[in-house]
Amino acid sequence: MEATPDIAIALVVLLPFVAAALAPLVHRLIGDFAGWVVALAPPAGFVALWGLIGRVSEGEAIAVAWPWAPSLGLELSFLVDGLSLTFALAIAGIGALILLYSGAYLKGHRQGRFLGFMLAFMGAMQGLVLADNLVALYLFWELTSIASFLLIGFDHTRQAARRAAIQALVVTGVGGLALLAAGVVIHNLSGAWELSVAGDLKGSVAYPLLVGLTLLAAFTKSAQLPFHFWLPNAMEAPTPVSAYLHSATMVQGGVYLVARMTPHLGGEPIWNTTLMVFGGATLLWGAVAALRQTDMKLMLAQTTVASLGLLMLLLGAGTELAVTAAVLYFISHALYKAGLFLVAGAIDHGTGTRDIMALGGLRDPMTVTFIGTIMASAAMFGVPPLLAFFAKEEMYAALTLGQFQSLLALLALVIGNALLGAIGLVLLVKPFMGPLLPTPIAAHEAPVAMLVGPIVLGALGIFLGFVTTLTGELSVAPATAAILGVGVETHLRLGIDFLGLPFWLSVVTWALAIGLYMRLDVARTFLRRVASGTGWSFDRGFDWVYFGIVRFGAGVTRLLHHGRLEFYLLVVFVALAVAAIEPLWLMGGLPGGPGAVDLRFYEWGVVLLAVVGVATVVYARSRLFAILALGVQGVAVAMLYLLFGAPDLSFTQFMVEILSVVILALVMTRLDLVTADPRPLEDWARDGAVALFGGIAVTGLLWAVIEGPFDPRLAAFFDANSVLAAHGHNVVNVILVDFRGLDTLGEISVVMTAGIAILALIRGARRPKPAVAKPVPEVTTEPKPRPRRTRKVAA
Amino acid sequence: MNTLIFRTIAPLLTAVMLVFSVFVLLRGHNEPGGGFIGGLIAASAMAIYGMAVGPGAARTALKAHPLVLAGFGVSLAALAGVLSLAFDVPFLTGLWTIFRFGEGEVAISTPMVFDIGVYFAVLGTVSAVALALEDEEGEV
Repeated sequence: MEATPDIAIALVVLLPFVAAALAPLVHRLIGDFAGWVVALAPPAGFVALWGLIGRVSEGEAIAVAWPWAPSLGLELSFLVDGLSLTFALAIAGIGALILLYSGAYLKGHRQGRFLGFMLAFMGAMQGLVLADNLVALYLFWELTSIASFLLIGFDHTRQAARRAAIQALVVTGVGGLALLAAGVVIHNLSGAWELSVAGDLKGSVAYPLLVGLTLLAAFTKSAQLPFHFWLPNAMEAPTPVSAYLHSATMVQGGVYLVARMTPHLGGEPIWNTTLMVFGGATLLWGAVAALRQTDMKLMLAQTTVASLGLLMLLLGAGTELAVTAAVLYFISHALYKAGLFLVAGAIDHGTGTRDIMALGGLRDPMTVTFIGTIMASAAMFGVPPLLAFFAKEEMYAALTLGQFQSLLALLALVIGNALLGAIGLVLLVKPFMGPLLPTPIAAHEAPVAMLVGPIVLGALGIFLGFVTTLTGELSVAPATAAILGVGVETHLRLGIDFLGLPFWLSVVTWALAIGLYMRLDVARTFLRRVASGTGWSFDRGFDWVYFGIVRFGAGVTRLLHHGRLEFYLLVVFVALAVAAIEPLWLMGGLPGGPGAVDLRFYEWGVVLLAVVGVATVVYARSRLFAILALGVQGVAVAMLYLLFGAPDLSFTQFMVEILSVVILALVMTRLDLVTADPRPLEDWARDGAVALFGGIAVTGLLWAVIEGPFDPRLAAFFDANSVLAAHGHNVVNVILVDFRGLDTLGEISVVMTAGIAILALIRGARRPKPAVAKPVPEVTTEPKPRPRRTRKVAA
Repeated sequence: MNTLIFRTIAPLLTAVMLVFSVFVLLRGHNEPGGGFIGGLIAASAMAIYGMAVGPGAARTALKAHPLVLAGFGVSLAALAGVLSLAFDVPFLTGLWTIFRFGEGEVAISTPMVFDIGVYFAVLGTVSAVALALEDEEGEV
C-alpha cells in the first residue's frame, strides 16, 4: 500500500486516539472480543508506515506539516526519518500484539476503558517519535506521562497502584517541564520551532543548560539513575501495560530524545561523558537489582532499567558502531522484553503466581508459552544468530577501539550483559524445568490471544537475525544516519567472525552468565542482606522529597492563610498604601500640595457633607450608625461626581452606596455583632494609623495624577470612535461593553465567583446552628427573631 | 421596617424599579445607564421585595436561583463574544443589525446582548447575597 506521507502520518498518530475514544463503545457492543477489533488500529498504522520505508531507507526524511496556530508561528509538523520510523514501527507492531493480549488478559475487568487508555498511550507515543515541532514533541511527551499515569494506576482501588502512578507522573512530569524549557531555549537560539532546522547548537552559550535540561528530561523518562525507582514500582500496572511500557514505549521516550538530540547537541565531552557515566551506572545498578528479585515482573522491570542504561551508554559513546549497536539493541530488546513480559503475564494468568521460587515444571502444561520463553530468553542471553547476538557483537566491536574511557565502558557492558544473560537463564529454567510445583491455580495454557504475542515477537527476533543485512539496510542504517546526521552504509551481515575480539567477549559474557546462574541463590541472599542493611533506597528518598514539599507547602499556606481576617485586611491596606506612595517618594514625584481651590458654595456644601459623614463614621458609638454615616459620605461623593459631569459614575455610585448600606446592615443583624467597638486601645491605634496612612497615600497619588499634565489621547480616541466604531454616544458604556469588553467579561465572572464564595460563607456560618436543639418545631418563621435583633442593634 | 405600609407598597415599588432597571439597561448605550447600573437597580428591587414578603417568596418570584441568573448572565456575555468568531472577526468584536420600522429604527447588536449579560450577572449575584443575608433560617 502506497499512502501519501501526510495521510500515513495522520493515520498513525490520529487513529489510535480515535480508536481510544471508541474502545469503550466497542466493548459495550461486542463484549470480550473488543481486543480483537481495536487491535486492528495499530496494524493499519503499521502498514501505513511500512509504505514509507522504501523512501526513508534511501536516506530521505519525509516532513509533513499542518497549520496549527499560525499567529504564533506554530505548525503541527512531523518528520519521518530512519530513527522515528524504527521507533514508530516498533510501537505500532508491538502495540497490536499487546492490545490483542490485553483483550484476553483483562477479560471483564473494565476492559473498554483499559483498551481506550492503551490506544491513547499508543497515539501519544507515535506522536512523540514522529513530531518535529518542539511544542508538539512536548505535548506528546506529557500525554505519554498522563496516559501511563492512568495505566499504572488502573487498579486504582489498591494503594500501591495509586502511589506508583503518582510517582511515575511526578518523576516524568519534572522531566517534561525540563523538556519544555529545552524546547524554548532551542527556539530562542535557532528561531525555529522545528527541531529539524534547529541546526548545530553546540557553539552557543546556553549549550550546557540545554544539555542539562535535555538529559534531565531523558533520564527521568528512561529511568536512569538516580530517577530509576519509578520504573520497578510501575509494575503495579496490569502486565500488558508493563510489557508495552518497557519494550517500545514510554521509557524508550528518553532514549529516543537523546538519539534525536544527538545531531544538535552530541559530540562534546560533557554530553558523551554524562551519558556514558549515568548509562553505565544504571546498567550495573539495574542488572544487580534484578538478581535480588524473585517476582518475574520485578526481575524484568529491573533488567529494563539496566537495558535503558546500556542504550544511554551506547548513545553516549557516539561512534558509528556504537550508535548502530544501540539501534540494533533497541529493536531486539523491544522484541524480547515485550515477549518476556507477556510470558510472565501468561504464567501469572495460568498458575496464579509470578514468583520463580514457587514455579517449576511448566514445560508440559504450558508448552506454547515455554516455546515463547525459549525464544525471548535466548535473545536476552544473546545466542547467535538472533538479532540480539548481533547487537551485542556490535557494541563490543564499538568499544574495543577506544582508549581508557571506552575500555571502562566495555567492562561495564560485559558485566551488565552477563548479569542480564543470567536473568534470562533464570527466567527460562526456574519456571519451566524441574518437577511440576503446585500453584494457586492448576497450571493451564493461556488462551490463543495471549500466545500470539510471545510467539510472534520471539519468531521475529530470530527472523530479523537471519535477515540481518536487510534489517540493516531498511532500518538500522537509516536510523544511525539520522542520529549521527551523516550518511551511513550498512555493514551488517549474517555471519560470525570467530577470530574477532567481539566474539570472544561474547564467550566471556556467556561464561560469566552461566557462572552467575549457578551461584544465583548465594548472590541473591547476599544482595538482600546488603539492601536491608543500608535501610535506605531511592524509593524512600522520593517519599522524603515528595512529602517534604507537601509539608513545606502546608507550612507556607499556614503562614499566609492563617484565617485571621484583621491581619488580611491590615496586609492588604498597608500594601496598597505602600504601592501608592512609595514609587512617588522614590522617584521624587510627590505632589506639591493643593493649589487654589475654586468651588461654588453648593459644591463646598457637598464636600462638607462628605467630611461630616467620615467624621461620624469614626466617632459613631454603634456600628449601625457608622454604616449609615458611611452611606452619607458615599452619597456625597456620588453627588460630587454628578456636579463635575460624570452622570454614569454618579448613578452607579448611588446604587452601590445604597446597596452597601443595606447589605452591611443585614450582615450586622445576621452576625449578632456587639454593637460597640470592642477593640483594645492598641489595636485601635494600629488600625487608625494604617487607615490614616492609606488615606494619605491614596490622596497623594491622586494629587500627583492631577498635577501632572493631562494626556488627552485616550479621551480623544474614545470621543472620536465611540459613535463611529461602536454606534454609541455614551462613551463609558461603550468602553465597558465594546472597547474593553474582555475586561468586563472578566469582571462579571469575578463578581459571580465572589457571590458564590459569599453564599458558601453564609451557608458555612449557618451550618452549626441546626445542631443546637430547637425546643419546638417551627410553626411560623416570619415574625419572631427580627424585632429582638433590631432592638439589640439599636441599643 | 416590617410595617403594613412597607409590605403593601414594596411589591409596587419593586415592579416600578424592575421596569426602570430594564429601561436604564437598554438606554445605556447612548445615555447614562447600562447593564451594571441596571443590574444594581434590579437587585435593590429584589432586596426590597425580599424584606417585604420574605426571601423565600422573593426567590420563588425570580423563578430561578439568583446564582443561576448570574451564571446565565456570564454565559450570555461570553456567547455574545463567541458569536463574532462565526463571522471570522476577533473575539468580542461588536456586530450590528439595524431593523427599520417606518420612522423608527431598532438596533440589535452583540454589545447589547453583552450588556444584558452584565445585567443578569450583577442582578443575580447581588440579589443572591442580599436574599441570603435576609434569610435567617431557610435556604441560601
